[in-house]
Amino acid sequence: MFKYIIRRILWMIPTLWFIVSIVFFAMHLLPGDPAIAILGEYATAEALAHLREELGLNRPLLLQYASFLGGLVQGDLGISLTNNKSVTQLILRMLPYSIELALSAIFVSIVIGIPIGIVSALKRNKFIDYAGRTLALLGFSTPSFYLGILLLLLFSLKLDLFPMIGGGKEGDLISRLHHLVLPALSLGLVNASMVMRMTRSALLETMGEDYIQTARSKGLKEMRVIAKHALRNALIPVIAVIGVYVGVTMGTAVLTEIVFNRPGIGKLLVGAVYNRDYPTIQGTLVVFAAFIAIVNLLTDLSYGVADPRIRYE
Amino acid sequence: MKRKRNAFSVFKESKVAVAGSILIIAVVLLAIFAPWIAPHNPVEQSFLNRFSDPETGHLFGTDGYGRDILSRVIWGSRTSLTVGILSVFFSGIIGVSLGIIAGYRGGKLENIIMRLADAFLSLPSLLMGLIIIVALGSGLSKVVIAISVALTPRFIRLAHGPTLTLKEIGYVEAARASGGSATRIMLRHILPNIIGPIAVMATLWVATAIRIEASLSFLGLGTQPPDSSWGLMLKSGVNNIIISPWLAVFPGIAIMLAVMAFNMVGDGLRDALDPKLQG
Repeated sequence: MFKYIIRRILWMIPTLWFIVSIVFFAMHLLPGDPAIAILGEYATAEALAHLREELGLNRPLLLQYASFLGGLVQGDLGISLTNNKSVTQLILRMLPYSIELALSAIFVSIVIGIPIGIVSALKRNKFIDYAGRTLALLGFSTPSFYLGILLLLLFSLKLDLFPMIGGGKEGDLISRLHHLVLPALSLGLVNASMVMRMTRSALLETMGEDYIQTARSKGLKEMRVIAKHALRNALIPVIAVIGVYVGVTMGTAVLTEIVFNRPGIGKLLVGAVYNRDYPTIQGTLVVFAAFIAIVNLLTDLSYGVADPRIRYE
Repeated sequence: MKRKRNAFSVFKESKVAVAGSILIIAVVLLAIFAPWIAPHNPVEQSFLNRFSDPETGHLFGTDGYGRDILSRVIWGSRTSLTVGILSVFFSGIIGVSLGIIAGYRGGKLENIIMRLADAFLSLPSLLMGLIIIVALGSGLSKVVIAISVALTPRFIRLAHGPTLTLKEIGYVEAARASGGSATRIMLRHILPNIIGPIAVMATLWVATAIRIEASLSFLGLGTQPPDSSWGLMLKSGVNNIIISPWLAVFPGIAIMLAVMAFNMVGDGLRDALDPKLQG
């Protein structure tokens, strides 16, 4: 297993290198000029030339690429073009907000999606199953940022229960949690519909297996058959779906952060896109790719916990 | 022939799939006949009528320029459908071709295509689309290109797996032994056998493409004014959420219904093609 983890980590290097390269060259094909973006359209030619020199934009592209890769290996993602701060520092400041949002969204999707999925499967074709499936279809079709807007309208504007914007005071847990509820719900409820659908279909499939009939014929109580035998096997594809949706959640969290004006990597990325601040764009995307690669690895490893028959080679 | 009829009857019996089809037809009709259906000109401004609530004359209210929201939602269906269908069409053709070629040819070519696809898939489609749009600049055609690039690796993976299985099957080997060219085998023997699952996923990915377009436009990087786009309308809705909450509600419902319609039909198609559910 240790060998497997090492091999998977080593595999992450070429994938990340590829993503970094795509991002780097895509940024440098940008039609706009970062110097104009920073100084504005009316800047003099001398000022623009000076800034380009200062930012190293006049150097040959491959040289810029090599120095970017060199910095990256040492954890240096460059300097932001808009505020002269280290991109690594900017990202490290925003990362906790994004991670807490992603994790709480996953938590919401699990505590809502799995129980509804189980009930739906056990009460197949009954009213409660139809209600669950309709809800799932609705959730599955609602963009999370739109759900965020609706939650904002209802719980912030109308009922004044939760704050409209921001990520909460640093160091104040209650304030952070208070600001987290609506964004986490908007992301989590959409994912919950996917988790619910997968739990339902996996459980239905497992319930038809021979060993479930055997367990029943041994006289085990139905609840025990479900909890001990069916659910454990049905959970493997559910874990896969949750793993996949951590990546998707990271992507859509960008929009949630914009809707709730919440600090985070996504907001940093979008701000950088508007300002053509490509060191920050590159840096945030590299962090996204690395985060998703790590989640994929953890997902693969968690199969072994759910099903001890799975061996890693 | 029997299988086709069975698949169709499974599809027809699914109320969800039929409702989805009706919804898609409705959106398509709205898009085609927008100039006749929309009660107002979608770009006509009226400063005396800014941010009006839903009322007679303006069923969905008006935006910050006094433009009729209902008319803009109707015209916005053109953008969503065009982007959704075109980007799935382009990514489908390129992705399925590359997936079949990779699976059939094998060797180094397969390795290169599949590793590239994996690398592209290591970022969510929305972020991949965002990178491309940042490089290309915004606008309708650029959005189609960005979403096509983001969806292509999904089609590559989808076509690659079954091709690996099919190329070892007797009749494909027989076609090869009787001197059939590789192109002919891929087009005549492999493609028709994998097209079912591809059609299912393509339908579901139209929904994904519509969502990505709305997301990019919401970020201000997709469709640009004065074109109507549901995502762009949501952006203006969020910016003016305190003054006029209605602004964000209706375009969002439109996105939801369009996405839901394609999801419903995709699910119905999947059931229809599932041999276990056929008679």
